[in-house]
Amino acid sequence: MRDAASALRLHEGAVFQETDTAPHDATTLREVVPRKQEARTANGKAVQLNGLSKSFGNRRVLSKLDLAIPAGQLLAIVGRSGCGKSTLLRLIAGLDQPSAGTISIGDARVQSLQSNVRLLFQDARLLPWHRVLGNVGIARANGWRESAMAALADVGLADRANDWPAVLSGGQSQRVALARALVSRPGVLLLDEPFGALDALTRMEMHRLLERIWREHGFTTVLITHDVAEAVALADRVIVIRDGAIALDIPVDLPRPRREAADTSAVALQARILEEV
Amino acid sequence: MAHQTQLRNAGATALQIVASWALPIGIVVEWEIASRSGVISTRLLPAPSAVAAAFWENLRNGTLLTHAAISTERALKGLAIGGGIGFILGVLAGISRPAETVFDSSMQMLRNVPHLAMIPLVILWFGIGEEAKIFLVAVGTAFPIYLNTFHGIRTVDVRLIEMARVYGLGPLALFWRVILPGALPSILVGLRFSLGIMWLTLIVAETISASSGIGYMTMNAREFLQTDIVVLGIIVYALLGKLADALTRLIETRALAWHPAYQPAATREAVP
Ligand SMILES: Nc1ncnc2c1ncn2[C@@H]1O[C@H](COP(=O)(O)OP(=O)(O)OP(=O)(O)O)[C@@H](O)[C@H]1O
Ligand SMILES: [Mg+2]
Repeated sequence: MRDAASALRLHEGAVFQETDTAPHDATTLREVVPRKQEARTANGKAVQLNGLSKSFGNRRVLSKLDLAIPAGQLLAIVGRSGCGKSTLLRLIAGLDQPSAGTISIGDARVQSLQSNVRLLFQDARLLPWHRVLGNVGIARANGWRESAMAALADVGLADRANDWPAVLSGGQSQRVALARALVSRPGVLLLDEPFGALDALTRMEMHRLLERIWREHGFTTVLITHDVAEAVALADRVIVIRDGAIALDIPVDLPRPRREAADTSAVALQARILEEV
Repeated sequence: MAHQTQLRNAGATALQIVASWALPIGIVVEWEIASRSGVISTRLLPAPSAVAAAFWENLRNGTLLTHAAISTERALKGLAIGGGIGFILGVLAGISRPAETVFDSSMQMLRNVPHLAMIPLVILWFGIGEEAKIFLVAVGTAFPIYLNTFHGIRTVDVRLIEMARVYGLGPLALFWRVILPGALPSILVGLRFSLGIMWLTLIVAETISASSGIGYMTMNAREFLQTDIVVLGIIVYALLGKLADALTRLIETRALAWHPAYQPAATREAVP
C-alpha cells in the first residue's frame, strides 16, 4: 500500500513539473499574442445586462443590475459570500430565470441555456463513469474525439485521456473541466470560483493556464473569485458587488503577462477593491 | 526483500485456501464414514459417494441437464419479466414526480405482501402450467429491482445533472450518460437481491406443482425414497445460485470499473 501511494505521488510530481514549464514558455507566448489578438474579437461575445433583478421568495439578491461586458474582456467579480455572485452567473448561463430585466449575449436575448456559454463550477463535476476523454467530449458532437483530445492537449493533460476521473488530483480535475468547457469553442466562459479549492501553487499554475487559453481563444470571461489578488492578476476589469448592486467598477491596466502582487500599482488596486468589498 | 514478502504472501494464501476447505471436506468424510458404518440410515440421508454416483448417472443419461435447463429457463423468464417491469416502473417513478405519485405508494404496499402466499391463488389462475411459476418469480423479482432503481435514480448527484444541462445534453443523452450510470450501482444491488428471491421462489413453486425441473426431480425422487437424488437436487440449486451470483459479480466489475471500489488495486487491498 505504501508503495502504491508513493508511486502515485511521484507520478503527480512528474505531471506537475511538466505543465509547470510548458504554459509560461516566454517565446511561445510572444509569438502567440499578436496572432490571437484578432481571434479574440472574432470568438468573444459581448454580454449585456439590463436592469437585472433576482429574488428568492422575499429575499432580493440582485436588484436592477446594469452591466456591459465587451467581447473578449476578462471580467472579475468579487464580493462577500452570499452577495449573489453565483446567482448572477447562473442567470447569465441561462440556468435560472431573472425576476426582472434582460440579458443578451451577442445580439441574442438569453431565454434558456445557451450553447455558446460554458460554466465552470467550483467543483469539477466530472462524470466518474466516463474516462477523461469521454468527459471532455461530453456533448458527443461530430468528431468529438479529435476535438476533445485537442482540448486536453491544450490544458496539458493529453496523457491522461484514458484515466478515470477518480484518480485525478484536484488541479487536474479542474483542468479537465476547463478542457470540457473549451471543446465547443464558447463565446463566453463563466467561472464560479474554479480555483478556490486548490493550493496556492496549483492555483498560480491554473492562472497562467487560464490566461494563456483566454488569449488564444479570445472568449469573453467572467471570473468569480473571493481572492482580490487573483482578480487583479488576471482581469482586465474588476467589479465589486454589494447589496445586490455594483459598488465598484474599475479597470486593471497592468501589462501582461502579470506576476502576482509584483508591483506597487497592483497592490494599490487590491487595496482599493478591498475597501469596497 | 520484496521477493521474500511475495513468497511469504503466496504461502499464506495457500494456507488460507487449505484452511477454508478443511472443515467442509472433514464433514463430508465424517458423513461418508457414518453412512457406511450404518450410524446414519441411507433412507434418511444418502452417503456422499451415493450422491456423487447419482450425479454421474443423471449427467450421463441427460436427465439432470434437461431438468436444470428447464428450471433455468423459468427462472430467467420470470426475472426478465419481473425485473423488466420493476426496472421500467423504477425509472418512471425516479425521473417523474407524477409517475412517482401514481406508482410508488402502491408498490410500497404490494412489496409487503409475501408473494409465496399467493401460491394457492396462482394455481387457481394458471393451474400448474409454466405461467404459474414464471408469474411467481416475476412478482418476487420485480420489487427489489423497482426499489433499487427508484432509489438509485433519486440519489444521482444533482450537480452532475445540472452540469450536463449546461453542457447541452438533451433528455435522452442525460438519461443514458448521467442518470442511468449514476443509478447503476444501486440497480445492480437490486439485481442481486432479485436473483436470490428468484431461485427461492422457483424451488418452492417447482416443489409444489411441476412436471419437470429440478424441484420436480427431487419431489419425484422422494416418492421413490431416492434420497441421493433429493440431495443432488439441493446441490444443483446451490450451484445454480452460485453461478448467478458469480455472473452478477462479473457484470459489476465490468460495468462499475469506474467506481473506486471496483478498481483492481482497491479490490486487492480490500481482500485481506
Ligand atoms: N435556489 C435558491 N433558493 C433560495 N435562495 C437562494 C437560492 N440560491 C441562492 N439563494 C440565496 O441567494 C443569496 C446569494 O447566493 P449566491 O450563491 O449567489 O451567493 P455567492 O455570492 O455566490 O456566495 P459565495 O461566495 O458564498 O458562493 C444567498 O443569500 C442564498 O441564500
Ligand atoms: Mg457562489
